[in-house]
Amino acid sequence: MADQALDVAASRPLLSLRNVNMTFGGVKALKNVSFEVLPGEVHCLAGENGSGKSTLIKVITGVYRPEAGAVIDYDGQSYSHMSPVTAQASGIQVIWQDLALFPEMTVAENIAFQTVIGRWPRLVNYAEMRRVAINALQRLGVTLDVDRALHHFPIAQRQIVAIARALVGEAKLVFMDEPTASLTQSETDYLLDVVRNLSASGVAVVFVSHRLAEVLEISSRVTVLRDGALVGVYPTKGLTQSRITELMTGKTFDYSVLHRDLSRSPAMLEVKGLSRPGEFEDVSLTVRRGETLGITGLLGAGRTELALTLFGMRKPKSGSVVLDGKPVRFGSNRDAIAAGVAYLSEDRLSLGLIQPQAIADNMVIASLDKILSGGFISSDRKRSLVNRWIRDLGIRIGKQNDAISTLSGGNQQRVAIAKWLATEPKLLILDAPTVGVDVGARAGIFDIVSKLADSGLAIILISDEVPEVYFNTDRVLHMAQGRIVGEFTPGATTLQAIEEAVYA
Amino acid sequence: MTVLIERVRNALGPELAGPFAAFVAVMIVFGFAAPNFLSRATFGSVAFQLPELGLLTLAMLLPILTGGLNLAITFTANMAGLTLAWVLQSQGGVDAGIGAFVLGSVLAIAVGALSGLIMGLVTAYTKAHPILVSLSMMIFLRGLGEFLTRGGDVSGIPGFLAPIGYGSIFGIPVPLLIFIACVLIWHVLLTRMKLGFNTYMIGSNIEATRYSGINTRKVQVLVYTLSGAMCAVAGIIMLARFNSVRVGHGESYLLITVLACFLGGVNPFGGFGRVIPVFVALVVLQLLSSGLNLMGANQHLATAVWGILMITVMILRWLAGRLKFLNTNRG
Repeated sequence: MADQALDVAASRPLLSLRNVNMTFGGVKALKNVSFEVLPGEVHCLAGENGSGKSTLIKVITGVYRPEAGAVIDYDGQSYSHMSPVTAQASGIQVIWQDLALFPEMTVAENIAFQTVIGRWPRLVNYAEMRRVAINALQRLGVTLDVDRALHHFPIAQRQIVAIARALVGEAKLVFMDEPTASLTQSETDYLLDVVRNLSASGVAVVFVSHRLAEVLEISSRVTVLRDGALVGVYPTKGLTQSRITELMTGKTFDYSVLHRDLSRSPAMLEVKGLSRPGEFEDVSLTVRRGETLGITGLLGAGRTELALTLFGMRKPKSGSVVLDGKPVRFGSNRDAIAAGVAYLSEDRLSLGLIQPQAIADNMVIASLDKILSGGFISSDRKRSLVNRWIRDLGIRIGKQNDAISTLSGGNQQRVAIAKWLATEPKLLILDAPTVGVDVGARAGIFDIVSKLADSGLAIILISDEVPEVYFNTDRVLHMAQGRIVGEFTPGATTLQAIEEAVYA
Repeated sequence: MTVLIERVRNALGPELAGPFAAFVAVMIVFGFAAPNFLSRATFGSVAFQLPELGLLTLAMLLPILTGGLNLAITFTANMAGLTLAWVLQSQGGVDAGIGAFVLGSVLAIAVGALSGLIMGLVTAYTKAHPILVSLSMMIFLRGLGEFLTRGGDVSGIPGFLAPIGYGSIFGIPVPLLIFIACVLIWHVLLTRMKLGFNTYMIGSNIEATRYSGINTRKVQVLVYTLSGAMCAVAGIIMLARFNSVRVGHGESYLLITVLACFLGGVNPFGGFGRVIPVFVALVVLQLLSSGLNLMGANQHLATAVWGILMITVMILRWLAGRLKFLNTNRG
């Protein structure tokens, strides 16, 4: 394997893990994984959702305790497991996606508050705090107004603040979990520069990202995990994006684009000049019956806002929407559902499904009228409706009355799709349907989507992963800063060309 | 045997296990401790005392299921009772006819519903916390009622109302019949009707419910309106039993209704809870206080024992949860 070819003897590793095993409820989350980070290097941890990346990070930071036999060598010490306190005290810092910052406090307070905790006298020394904060920012090569409240700054600069805080904690090893997920390209470039400065100052950085272009740009080595097991460690030089994808998924992808002739299919949805100032402007698009239209673009491009407007939850300032030949204007999402629009939320956990409630209840909630009999809910009709969708969509469940939260991400998403199909929609909007769904289950969901389109449903698929829309839709619209800036036909345009357009 | 238990458990639901166990425990303990406990008299007194607290508990249940609370229940009941009393007074007091009673009851229920409607609208549209909204309503109704009655009693109730408070049909007290009817209405509402379904969903996650195309504001408004109407039913029964209304009657029931809901397995954060277990919990509370009474204990001590019971139930639930946790880990 490639890891044997790698010259690691040059420097003694800062962190070295061996024999790490972790089991959750009968599922092996980590299988005999080893992992190594050299001092001052930028190391990428790559793998699909559910491959064990975050479990591994949580083992290293002491959140999880690995099974007996694990060895964690860190900075000259050997541990059988870490604890959060030891991990922090010995310079291991994690910058999670949600950052855990205080938006109402100043930059200085956010960066340096830990330095003033627990010292006598118990008074806050603001001058000291500012000095510490400015120092930390300088090490990153950044200048920010440390006296301003954090919520004034864009997300990229908040990331910087989180990193600066890690530096104040005398970090030797910093984990960054999807730090660029919500950044624009120029913000990403800025962040990557900061990561380079950090690495140059001797701090090792473990970088977790979906965006393989970044992985190739920033890191010196890549560790790939798949299904909880180590695939290998590779020097970045010589890797390509497609090679990493192959390593992560274990398959050579011979994806083919869709080839459906829809030229004679009538339009199901026609949107003209739809605007909501500040969110999206002058959006025009058409979706035919049986067509799957992809909308891609970075976070904040206005995709979800557009979807919510089509779903009647926000009102457009101007523009027109024609659904199945009839002009529509929705007062609420109830009107939209009645007219045949369904919207699968991007936020399955807090908006898409009611997590504590039963699987069956979640499935019938949007179509209660269909299971009424004489004004009362008929448990027979409910059961048969639920059984039908469980069968049709191949949903694996325990009991119908188990909480939806007991299901895996993929099965939950199928229930969410079933919930909307039960309303007999004409247009189904799927907003980021594969977030938190693992690779195998993703393919299953796209099989369902493809069958639905074949049955005549018009579908809008929103995703920030370009390959996802490329291989699963008939046409791709590129949205940026609230406008549709490009239209591509998969096959006629290469995946790479679209990715360059979107991520540039 | 285990199959049978499993079947009964499935039919009754897991929420019923706790209250039912408490019921059995109370019966056994007092059956031994107080020789005259298992008598007609005990059950007679329980049957007459249960409805007032019970109806108010039903009024409390719906808002709790949505993740809210209605602190105005007792004063809403008082206002409804006052409405009926005034209508009767204006129609001749003790000589008032059945027509006046029907009109007064309709108006009383309308007043109760109106109080709920206002709370529901404010909660649904301003998204203010129901505790604050219903607390404001409670203070408003109390002040208004005391102002209108100058703190005194309103009496002069026609004699034909007495059976509603004290009468029996086939040996079953009338107030108990009314209460059982209301329990059944609530049961059907929550298990078989759209409004009930949506009440549970809202209690677990109101935004996700809204995204599913449910008019969450309408549900909230209806829930509080029904809660207010149920208070009015309680108010009418209280009027018939006391033969008068005074603002503040039944005030001490307020927190007991919350207790009865939680004893009946209702989730304090909303989304889960059923009517029948709450009914059993109410019976347990009433039996407990009647039993203590028979043994010569002070009424205040009975209240204290209710508190102990609740704490015990919480500890037992925690223990049961831990045992289940251990079991699944082993399996």
